[in-house]
Amino acid sequence: MSSTPRWRRFEEWDQRPLRHDQFAVEDPAAGFATFHSPWDPKPSARVENGRVVEIDGKQEADFDILDTFIAAHHLDLDVIDEAMAMDPADVARMLVDINVPRETLERLARGMTPAKLASVVACMSALEITFAYAKMRQRRTPGNQAHVTNAKDDPLQLAADAAVAVALGFDEIETTMRVASNSWANAIACAVGSSVGRGGVLFQCSIEEAEELRIGMAGFTSYAETVSVYGTEAAFVDGDDTPWSKAFLTAAYASRGIKARCTSGASAELLMGFHERQSVLYLEARCLCLQRAMGVQGTQNGGIDGAPLTVSMAGGMRELMAENLIAVWLGLECASGNDTRVSESEIRVGAKITPYLMAGSDLLCSGLGSIRKYDNSFNPSLFNGEDIEDFLALQRDFEADGGLTPIKEGDTYALRMRAIRALAAVFDELGLATVPEAWMHSVAAASGSLETETFSPGEVTRISEAIRDRGLTAVDVVRALERRGFAREAENLLLMLRQRISGDYLQTSAILRDGKVISALNDPNDYSGPGSGYRMSEARWEAVRNVRDVQTREKVLERERRIDPTAEPWLIPSGEAQKGTDPREVVIGLSPAFGNELTQTTAGHDLIDVVLALTDGVREGGGVPRLVRIRHTADTSFLGLTAARLSGSGYGIGIQAKGTAIIHRADRLPHMNVELFSNAPVTTLAHYRAMGRNAALHAAGTAPEPIIVPVDGQSLGARYHVRVAMLYAIETGLVVPDAPPLDVTLAIGQRRAGS
Amino acid sequence: MTAARDLYPLSEKAPEKAVSASGLPLSELTLDAVVSERIGAADIRISADVLRLQARIARDAGRDRLALNLERAAELVSVPQDLILDTYEMLRPGRISDSRLLTERAEMLRRDYGAHMIAALIDEAVAVYERRNLFRRRY
Repeated sequence: MSSTPRWRRFEEWDQRPLRHDQFAVEDPAAGFATFHSPWDPKPSARVENGRVVEIDGKQEADFDILDTFIAAHHLDLDVIDEAMAMDPADVARMLVDINVPRETLERLARGMTPAKLASVVACMSALEITFAYAKMRQRRTPGNQAHVTNAKDDPLQLAADAAVAVALGFDEIETTMRVASNSWANAIACAVGSSVGRGGVLFQCSIEEAEELRIGMAGFTSYAETVSVYGTEAAFVDGDDTPWSKAFLTAAYASRGIKARCTSGASAELLMGFHERQSVLYLEARCLCLQRAMGVQGTQNGGIDGAPLTVSMAGGMRELMAENLIAVWLGLECASGNDTRVSESEIRVGAKITPYLMAGSDLLCSGLGSIRKYDNSFNPSLFNGEDIEDFLALQRDFEADGGLTPIKEGDTYALRMRAIRALAAVFDELGLATVPEAWMHSVAAASGSLETETFSPGEVTRISEAIRDRGLTAVDVVRALERRGFAREAENLLLMLRQRISGDYLQTSAILRDGKVISALNDPNDYSGPGSGYRMSEARWEAVRNVRDVQTREKVLERERRIDPTAEPWLIPSGEAQKGTDPREVVIGLSPAFGNELTQTTAGHDLIDVVLALTDGVREGGGVPRLVRIRHTADTSFLGLTAARLSGSGYGIGIQAKGTAIIHRADRLPHMNVELFSNAPVTTLAHYRAMGRNAALHAAGTAPEPIIVPVDGQSLGARYHVRVAMLYAIETGLVVPDAPPLDVTLAIGQRRAGS
Repeated sequence: MTAARDLYPLSEKAPEKAVSASGLPLSELTLDAVVSERIGAADIRISADVLRLQARIARDAGRDRLALNLERAAELVSVPQDLILDTYEMLRPGRISDSRLLTERAEMLRRDYGAHMIAALIDEAVAVYERRNLFRRRY
């Protein structure tokens, strides 16, 4: 059996991380449909005697639990006829029209059925959805949420990581456990950790509802987002709830002063096997109408656990954006997904977040993994501890606020230690545990739980059960912190309790900044075109753009200009250079800063070694090298041509201090060189030697094989150009127009005297 | 009369109206008070009055569904935790097979806690659960 030859590029593609991703065919009968399915209903609504008796083709007698709840609590009878009669494309145009206020569109949404809402966003391209999202989202200032968990449920690490998450600027922190009985230890650890530093961060411990309410009542947590809803009756019931049980739970959370949001997302019904052959967008539109109907302030939506399945479908990422748009259009706070690693391809991951960075969002990620992927008890997020700096770079690139702030390496260890010490003090004060000093340092330095020496899982469970059984509350923790000298942390934790009494963060899209609540009420998104809406303040932009290791001219020059002040000059000028007569002569033209202001190439070769390699090479090829200093130009082509015109053979070499070099011939046009060595960072001394040899061989009238400097595809521009640009400015700064070239002699032997 | 919305955020614009379930005003929830053990768990609970005020604020801001939710929440402030969790459990699908238990629960919440909106929500659920056959045992 013969096999067809294979283009080996496919083998290389097979090795790319992308190939781990699965791509699914559109198959509505199997539930694989993004925007449209033949089984999606046509939008319709009918009102009789003051009640909705038909929704999306279904009569009242056939209403399932979702239809019933939506009919009773979502649809606004004053708007329904007007809104349902509108052309979807007209409404879509209003969504992207800066002259149509957000409030006008929110009013129309209150009269639209799920199928109607879906039909409108289905008209819109990804770009239009992004733009409409920027206009329709609720709070003006964007924010972000962190996952803080670890594989050991280690409270010390939770405290340290929560403090880092706060320093990174997250507005909300969400934790969960590997072992459910560790929930109280997790809660106390994150509550203490998040009170270190600026404080004022909303915190959630995700667990079974009854326990979550208890932990919230004890004052440790301030929000909940486990109120899941589903787009079909069968999935809802399988998820062990109904719209009424969830509406009751939503009110219960508010009655304890706890902010709540629902969770829903495309493909949840598909994963649960109850999709009814309808498109994921239509099902999600039902979920979202239901959420508004329940009176919850916001939603965590945009795929969530179903996101990888959704993006396996063609147009899947566009669909996730579309459902986020419906959420904010309905007036809901939106924690816009981006909390699941939807792909193994870093390119797809970066592309997934970009529209959200540009549009902004109440919470860009409904959990960005602030910890290592393996420590994420929710499973890896879209971005994780490993790639937070990539996220920071994207904010800087697009001048877009993704809610995060770069942290300084020098401050971070001390911050982590403070969080750990604060928790250890609370544990000690409350008689829960004594923490050895060695554990504290181990955890403070560790990137993840694989590296820590700390509590055993059994000890954590014992601590957790003691917290619960003794009925400890956040008040006890505030007191313990204050008694042990952590007054600032005590004050921060107390701030959260005070906020709870005011109920201010129960309003739509509320977070805390600088200890004050901002929400859709006192910080409403007022985008109405260029110059309006959210813009970073100068201070905020200063913080965002200051990522780690920003190059400055001073830093580059300090590192690259290794000038030894005691060293003697090694290139001694000896008068104006004249044209040579020796037919074997190869002139090597050195740039203005070569060997004086600048002393090494971008590859790190000492320029003395480079000159020796070039001159040795010329001799090896049977030539006679002559060095000249060129002062009227720093450009490689003109350096080379000037050298060639001075050379007895008509062949010359031009070289810049950073190492870029050229072989040139006297009778050629400036940019028609003989050989060019443009990739200085990968040019070795052996290459310079071969270059000298080739120049001599050209001079002797032979045609040598050109020197190939191999490149492996590295982005030399990304790696070197900042430095190159700063160094090259030194060269051009030394250019003296019309100054003639000078002969120089090597004086290497004499310079050792003082060293 | 001031629009309710102008009182938001309460903690800044009208802190005197932010009083906890135990009657403690925001200004008295200080670190000193906590350390000297004058503050207990009841002092950090939100009050029904604050929830009703936040509901007015939400309604004023054009968010009537959220307002209704906050009003339902106000009714639950004095309902004990166990009763809340038990009622939630009864509302989950298939937990009870006799709808009368839920109807009685609604009546009790209305009578003992003045939770009229919550009771109406439960009554509504009973009717729908019967029509959609959700009073069937699931385990």
